[in-house]
Amino acid sequence: MSFAFLPGLLAAVASPEDPAAKFIRLLTVFLLAMWVGFEVITKVPQRLHTPLTSGSNAISGITAVGALVAAGGVTAAGFGFGNLLGLVAVVFAMINVAGGFIVTYRMLQMFNPKKK
Amino acid sequence: MNDGGALMSSQAWINLAYLASSMLFIVAFKLLSSPRTAVRGNFLGAAGMALAIGAALFEPPVREAVALRGAWPVVLLFLCGGAGAAVGAAMAVRYPMTGMPQMVALLNGFGGAASAFVAAAELWNKPVSARLVEASGDATPAAALALRDLVPWTQFGIATALAGLIGAVTFWGSLVAFGKLEELPRFKKPWTAPARHWINLGLAAATLLLVAGVCTYPGSFLLFILLIISGSCLGITLTLPIGGADMPVVICLLNSYSGLAAAAAGFVIDNSVLVIAGSLVGASGLILTAIMCKAMNRSLVGVLFGGLGTTAAVSGDDIYAGKIKSAGAEEIAMVLEGADRVVIVPGYGLAVAQAQHAVRELADVLQARGTTVEYAIHPVAGRMPGHMNVLLAEADIPYDKLREMDDINPTFPETDVAIVIGANDVVNPAARTDPTSPIAGMPILDVDKARTVVVVKRSLSPGFAGIPNPLFAADNTLMYFADGKKAILDLTAAMQKR
Repeated sequence: MSFAFLPGLLAAVASPEDPAAKFIRLLTVFLLAMWVGFEVITKVPQRLHTPLTSGSNAISGITAVGALVAAGGVTAAGFGFGNLLGLVAVVFAMINVAGGFIVTYRMLQMFNPKKK
Repeated sequence: MNDGGALMSSQAWINLAYLASSMLFIVAFKLLSSPRTAVRGNFLGAAGMALAIGAALFEPPVREAVALRGAWPVVLLFLCGGAGAAVGAAMAVRYPMTGMPQMVALLNGFGGAASAFVAAAELWNKPVSARLVEASGDATPAAALALRDLVPWTQFGIATALAGLIGAVTFWGSLVAFGKLEELPRFKKPWTAPARHWINLGLAAATLLLVAGVCTYPGSFLLFILLIISGSCLGITLTLPIGGADMPVVICLLNSYSGLAAAAAGFVIDNSVLVIAGSLVGASGLILTAIMCKAMNRSLVGVLFGGLGTTAAVSGDDIYAGKIKSAGAEEIAMVLEGADRVVIVPGYGLAVAQAQHAVRELADVLQARGTTVEYAIHPVAGRMPGHMNVLLAEADIPYDKLREMDDINPTFPETDVAIVIGANDVVNPAARTDPTSPIAGMPILDVDKARTVVVVKRSLSPGFAGIPNPLFAADNTLMYFADGKKAILDLTAAMQKR
């Protein structure tokens, strides 16, 4: 089994993509992830709906990744208003992330009989 | 930039890290489906988040910035990220457990706002890069991409408009939800002015036009700001009319929105982990919304725009006249004394009265006498999905005693006493018997089939649906008029004297 095809494949992946093709690729990811989400989450029992709500709320803080990219990029123009907007996004997203996971942890401790 | 001969470019490693964190999120959701593994699920979710955030620090824009300016852009990112995390952690640690619904609403709002700010930052940066290309004439790949994105109706423009709109609606909607749940005086009464439908319609039309505007002119920051303003107004005016009992639906829906906003931000910056995590959250919120609506036998449109008060309100006087039997702590203690099986039905009122610890003490006294005590949990009881479960778990009530509606309904005929605390519409037999009732067909807890029903309630005032409850006038019902917490404490004291 030879991996000689790999560099060519990677080059093809790295080459600039047609915008419509890129959109459809992301749309595919979006729809498949929605599907996985529906399948996994319908199995969560009612008694765990509160931790599920707050845990998924914490995961929606993933937008922190976008915030870091938007805030961190300093163009040749220097630090601009766009970076400032990005930094605000970083602060807000990190409030969501840290708060969300800790609240979920505290809720789940309520279900733990040995909590006190 | 490009690692040339290396088998995998650094971008490939970053994408691999994103893939791993996406997988961790899916496994985290999977583990959240059992009380035994839920804590581990939460940890895996946090690990996935840490991995994705770590990988983001190696994205090309950040590395370019480091190459140009040295370490300070990263220091700035760490300072801001650390400050946000510290604020979030302080809020999460300090807030009392009983205020969890409003805490989740608030955190959710920040997530939505963050997505809107990401879209705003990208929208500001793109034209800047594009202008630089035009001025200098040298087209770096990033700048060329910027130029390509600024034509009408590209993925960039559409996604930016959606991320900004959904993010703004989420933020302001969540703030209003927080105000309602925190019972700030200003938000006590739902906004029911008849003109609200016209205001919402006008705002929705303006918002749609502005979405189209941003999609057509993605370079215009002004249009984007106008879209954010109109989305913010819409978030407020859509949430204000919603009553307290419908809060679980609103929380789920806003949760779903914050996920969809993150997914839209993923489309803005072409990032699959944002799209995956965002759509998982979006799906989770939509499922919970559907479950909540089904449990109230109402359509989502009905919850958002209807309000139940539109049907001719039936006066409770004919139904209640002369049939209400009121009882005090002593009398009810006597009934409980002979009971083998007691089912406690907690509702919204129990959360308001903070009576969960008192309920547990009563259950302890009953169990010490050999009585079986169980809890019947209606899916929409409380202020957020599964709220009663967390509230009762906080009072150390073991979760195997908490029974779901379909599970416990067949056992009511063998129940000696059902104690309803602060619940009304979810135990109203009219939903089963009266096809003309506004709540006809809503699944309810069949407490009326128990031998004796004790209803702890401040007065005969109707529940959220605004309709009288024939249960209160039933032959086997005793009304115990008092504040939930005090009533249970008095009852416990009366039981202990026996």
